[in-house]
Amino acid sequence: MTENIHATFKLNYGAFQLDVDLHLPNSGITVLFGASGSGKTTLLRCIAGLQHAPHGFLTINGQVWQDSARGVFLPTHKRTLGYVFQEASLFTHLTVTENLQFGLKRIGKSTAGEALPPILDLLGIEHLLKRMPENLSGGEKQRVAIARALALNPDLLLMDEPLAALDSKRKQEILPFLSRLHQTLKIPVLYVTHSQQEVAQLSDFLVVMAEGKAIAAGSLSETLSRLDVPLVQERDAVTVWQGKIKAHEVAYHLTSIDFAGITLSLPAMDASIGSPVRVQIFARDVSIVKEKPQATSILNVLPAVITALADAQAGQTVVQVQVGGQMLLAHITQKSAVLLALQVGMGVYVQIKGTSILN
Amino acid sequence: MLNAADIDTLWLTFKVASIATVLMLLVGTPLAWWLVRSQSRWKGICNALVALPLVLPPSVLGFYLLILMGPQGVVGRITTELGLGTLPFTFAGLIVASVLYSLPFVVQPLQAAFAAIGERPLEAAATLRASPVDTFFSVVVPLARHGFLTATILGFAHTVGEFGVVLMVGGNIPDKTRVVSVQIYNHVEALEYEQAHWLAGGLLLFSFTILLFMYGVLKTPVTSQSFK
Repeated sequence: MTENIHATFKLNYGAFQLDVDLHLPNSGITVLFGASGSGKTTLLRCIAGLQHAPHGFLTINGQVWQDSARGVFLPTHKRTLGYVFQEASLFTHLTVTENLQFGLKRIGKSTAGEALPPILDLLGIEHLLKRMPENLSGGEKQRVAIARALALNPDLLLMDEPLAALDSKRKQEILPFLSRLHQTLKIPVLYVTHSQQEVAQLSDFLVVMAEGKAIAAGSLSETLSRLDVPLVQERDAVTVWQGKIKAHEVAYHLTSIDFAGITLSLPAMDASIGSPVRVQIFARDVSIVKEKPQATSILNVLPAVITALADAQAGQTVVQVQVGGQMLLAHITQKSAVLLALQVGMGVYVQIKGTSILN
Repeated sequence: MLNAADIDTLWLTFKVASIATVLMLLVGTPLAWWLVRSQSRWKGICNALVALPLVLPPSVLGFYLLILMGPQGVVGRITTELGLGTLPFTFAGLIVASVLYSLPFVVQPLQAAFAAIGERPLEAAATLRASPVDTFFSVVVPLARHGFLTATILGFAHTVGEFGVVLMVGGNIPDKTRVVSVQIYNHVEALEYEQAHWLAGGLLLFSFTILLFMYGVLKTPVTSQSFK
């Protein structure tokens, strides 16, 4: 993985301290995940230059945006970034078109340029161009705000909980756009959220923040299956596998999906062979058997190796297993773990009772 | 009816108020912006200084201005050095006094309008490559337009309505410093009530119309043009 964003920040507000040193990929969506007060928004604002961390070092693809040791601090308007705030923050005195052109005018491009039409199309906002922001719904405003940031074709797109201010219906309206964005654009995105659903659906690279520190950073599947990350202990712990559609079993209404050599059979999907798929597997839907079951109604039974075990709350054990090249979590009872005498390094079979497809 | 001298005072009043308003906007805009944005510990003192004319008797302000701008005053010595002479009882002196006296009526609506804009539009503009100066003219000014309108109207109207400071600093010199409010005083002193009625009634109508416009048409003089 190319790691072309290096961000180091130290900031002390007394009650709150930010102290991070991160190497982030310069492609795909990197999600900064954490509870409120964990410092994820502060980190994003430091990267944007909206907040000036007294000790900081930040390079994006070799450009230095901040180097406190050498007294370098590029003001926000000189950073080639795009920023989407939690509230759309459109300029209320300008039409949608004028909002979209605001940044373009300042980098010497007009809307006649080729940048805008595909973005309008991607976000479905062509019909809104002449309106004033006050005449847009919350979801429409946020789509315009995303388009406004994307129009500049930034080197880095920063999104600060862009869906948090919207009700769940509006969220569902925008999430597909973000997923599409992810597949069509090459701009690296730093995306702040406290929603596990958005993590599962959008992220390629995941940074988990707590109390001003990055407690875990790595690829989505790697970070999601780390047992020392708090979300793994919770009831809705989840792993996400990214694969491709391999074949359709029309007679059974099933689709087989290939994840780097492992195949899962899932309910039929309306997508062509070869298209990318994200599947989320809840740890509570995974069970472990020692011997290969001879006859079972569960279709997805795969050989696995136990790589780690940890106690979770209330008589639960989290088992981390490796299935082919993928990591998977299983929540089982502590009693089962003892009865099966599960140990690290042991070969077992995992039965996946259910999955949900994310896109 | 109005005689020629009355017309002259009206014209002079209009000139003083217009020039003073332009100067107040030029001085008041950066001042108000600084007062809203700054974290400086001088902010409180500056706020208090700007607001002083609201509570001081005009004679107090006039008295100190006379002393400051007079031949022995700091300002007076500087203006004399510069070959401008001393400012009291001149048109320029009247303008200086008017600007100081009416400044809070310009600065305060602007302050309220700037504060209502908040941080977010400025940040959004910065992320869209607008420099701070660019942001001020392309985002702050249009969003604060009601504040500017209110500041202009109040600054102008208040300058037209001043009396005490004018009398102290400007005196009562025809064509130079004799403004409408002073002329009304002259008429009343001379028991020319009819002349006084015309001017006083005119000012009353003018002031009422302006206030009606602000509260009636603009509804909220300083709207919260907050960000949506």
